[in-house]
Amino acid sequence: MSWVLVMPIAVPFAAAVGAYLLRNFTAGRYVSLAGSVLSLVASAVLMAAVLEHGVIAGQMSNWDAPFGITLVADYLAAVMVVITAITGLATAIYALGEIPEHVEGLGFHALFQVLIAGVTGAFLTGDLFNLYVWFEVMLIASFSLLVIGGGKERLDAGIKYVALNLVSTLIFLSGIGLLYGLTGTLNMADLRGAVADLDNQGLVTVIAMMFMVGFGVKAAVFPLFFWLPASYHTPYFAISAVFAGLLTKVGVYALMRMFTLVFVGDVGFTHEILIWVSLLTMFTGVIGAAAQTDFRKILSFHIISQIGYMTLGLALFTPLALMGGVFYLVHHIIVKANLFFVAGLAKQYAGSTDLNRIGGLYKSAPLLAALFIIPAFSLAGFPPLSGFWAKYLIVVAALEIEAWFVAFVALLVGLLTIFSMTKIWGMAFWKPHPDGIDPTPDRAPPGVTRAMMAPIAGLAAMTIVIGFYPEPFVQFAETAAMQLLLPNDYVDTVLGARP
Amino acid sequence: MNSIIFSAAARLLVALLFVFSLFMLLRGHHLPGGGFIGGLIGAVAFIVYSLACGPAEARAALRLSPEVIATWGLGIALLAGLFAFVMGDPLFTGQWYWVGGDSYETAAFSINSVLVFDIGVYLVVLGGILSLTYAFEEET
Amino acid sequence: MEALTALVIGVLTAASVYLMLARTFMRFLFGLVLLSNAANLTIFASGRMTKGAPALVPYGEDAPLGVVGNALPQALVLTAIVIGFGLLAFTLALAFEAYRRMQTVDTDAMRFAEPKEDADT
Repeated sequence: MSWVLVMPIAVPFAAAVGAYLLRNFTAGRYVSLAGSVLSLVASAVLMAAVLEHGVIAGQMSNWDAPFGITLVADYLAAVMVVITAITGLATAIYALGEIPEHVEGLGFHALFQVLIAGVTGAFLTGDLFNLYVWFEVMLIASFSLLVIGGGKERLDAGIKYVALNLVSTLIFLSGIGLLYGLTGTLNMADLRGAVADLDNQGLVTVIAMMFMVGFGVKAAVFPLFFWLPASYHTPYFAISAVFAGLLTKVGVYALMRMFTLVFVGDVGFTHEILIWVSLLTMFTGVIGAAAQTDFRKILSFHIISQIGYMTLGLALFTPLALMGGVFYLVHHIIVKANLFFVAGLAKQYAGSTDLNRIGGLYKSAPLLAALFIIPAFSLAGFPPLSGFWAKYLIVVAALEIEAWFVAFVALLVGLLTIFSMTKIWGMAFWKPHPDGIDPTPDRAPPGVTRAMMAPIAGLAAMTIVIGFYPEPFVQFAETAAMQLLLPNDYVDTVLGARP
Repeated sequence: MNSIIFSAAARLLVALLFVFSLFMLLRGHHLPGGGFIGGLIGAVAFIVYSLACGPAEARAALRLSPEVIATWGLGIALLAGLFAFVMGDPLFTGQWYWVGGDSYETAAFSINSVLVFDIGVYLVVLGGILSLTYAFEEET
Repeated sequence: MEALTALVIGVLTAASVYLMLARTFMRFLFGLVLLSNAANLTIFASGRMTKGAPALVPYGEDAPLGVVGNALPQALVLTAIVIGFGLLAFTLALAFEAYRRMQTVDTDAMRFAEPKEDADT
């Protein structure tokens, strides 16, 4: 059983080694591509195992839990791993078109695969300190990817990204130290019982706040999000797509895991804070986006706004809300990565991402325009696309517990999202190009455009599938939410897992 | 740095440090030592050499670029971990084959996947530290 | 001993916050070094301090004899130090490269990724 859990992490690492050694050859990028395909296969196998057994766990190096490092996958972890592999594959294909050769020679593909391995590891680990290590693996890869290719803008963005993420990691690390001092264990399943047995629940809440701040910076919630719009618009589009899709979601996932599994002693206090944080995140994000005129900056602010919905699902802490949160997480990764892909292709066609300097894409690239509409409307929550179901679940969950104000803000932010999306639509696609030219992809060879168009079409198709056949996904999210709220299965599987 | 005493002493020091690093690598696991500390000492050897003779010559003495060494190390460590798969154990479970006995006390020596993993760590640390220090030395 | 360690952690954290609030990026980095050490000390102290009893197994035994220091936090701290060292080295290299390109380490002047709006128009 443990090998099913290991493979989604081991495959990207192996691909990274191969891709780095072959970085100066064309073969390097195909090693990376093959690695991404294999990761997808490995994660599909993992998903099949999870669907069969509910929760699966494996003890690394044959050390029994809670002493060794445990890898564990429940429904939420499994779906995150699958979605990571899908995003990874889409990005690997997109990178074939976008990433220039001299950047490949610097080891782009290896770093990218290490990033995927780090993200997958963070989703699968059942040990708190191991989570910290995966965070660092992910961070060091993302630091390098952010500044790869050089340039003042990237270095400036990189400095801010690195600085704030390092501080958050250290807060997280201090929290781990204090929690270990209180309980004497770092295994997450073991921590649940150990934390509940403590007399000093006040101190636990203080530590919970340290975790909330640490993960909050990663997830880019209000008021800790400033690094995100400062950095996400500078790197290559493939990189910013994978960052936008995955990195902040690792923070959300860690919040969901810790605040359903371990820190549930004082829900009235911790989750109440989370509600307000979520509402402010949603609102500031969408307002920030309204002030921007750059394609990617608008999208960056919308990441923040959407993160609010996911943490709101956690904060309301009802089965329906958590279900909405899980559904939102999955839908958002696909849609957001896709929008950044579209932004990259729009730049390829029209020459810029500044909305004031481009236009006319609807006339010259109708296919791209159609493919933009799908994720954009899904993000805004138009029925019957995936975003509608995600928002619907969250709003219904808020109405169910008579949190009228929460539901009102959720709907209002949805409306304002439409405003931003129509702004991009109007300025980039609808209005004529300000220079009076027809934006055409003639500067790039057709192979490049095709490599960049394929993942956009694939992810848009997934959005449509989730939108029109939501039942299996909703049912899946429901089981995932139940597993989060009643983690007895999780705890028993980890602590009783046979090596 | 142009000091005759230093560059003369460096040749001796480098050899000593490098042998010591291999010694630390090989005695690891059962006694204090191991791939990490060995890799650090090995890196110190090359840093001393590059201080004495300049980073360009130190790079030439290394033959492979430090990044490639670190990547090979990562691959070797990963293979050592994955070897447990062949034997049906979870990832990174140590595989031991005792030669001339059946335990640490009685056997003459052992062939094990733990040492392979340590060699991988050694190369990762050596390559990682050297790539950082060389980058700084060349820039200034 | 633990009270003294706690005080040291407090002083380190206070000093690091003071440094990190400075406008110079280098000072921020020094603050980060101190904060990283404070976090490591926190882990170390949370494993409880045992004086003069290293967690070593005597030759021929299966387990350490008597009360020994907790080895797990030491392993955790070692890992954290290594990771912290790697990240700081990377950040230092990044800061150096940024200084060469931007000719400043003043964070207020580093506005290339987010130029002021009125400077544009």
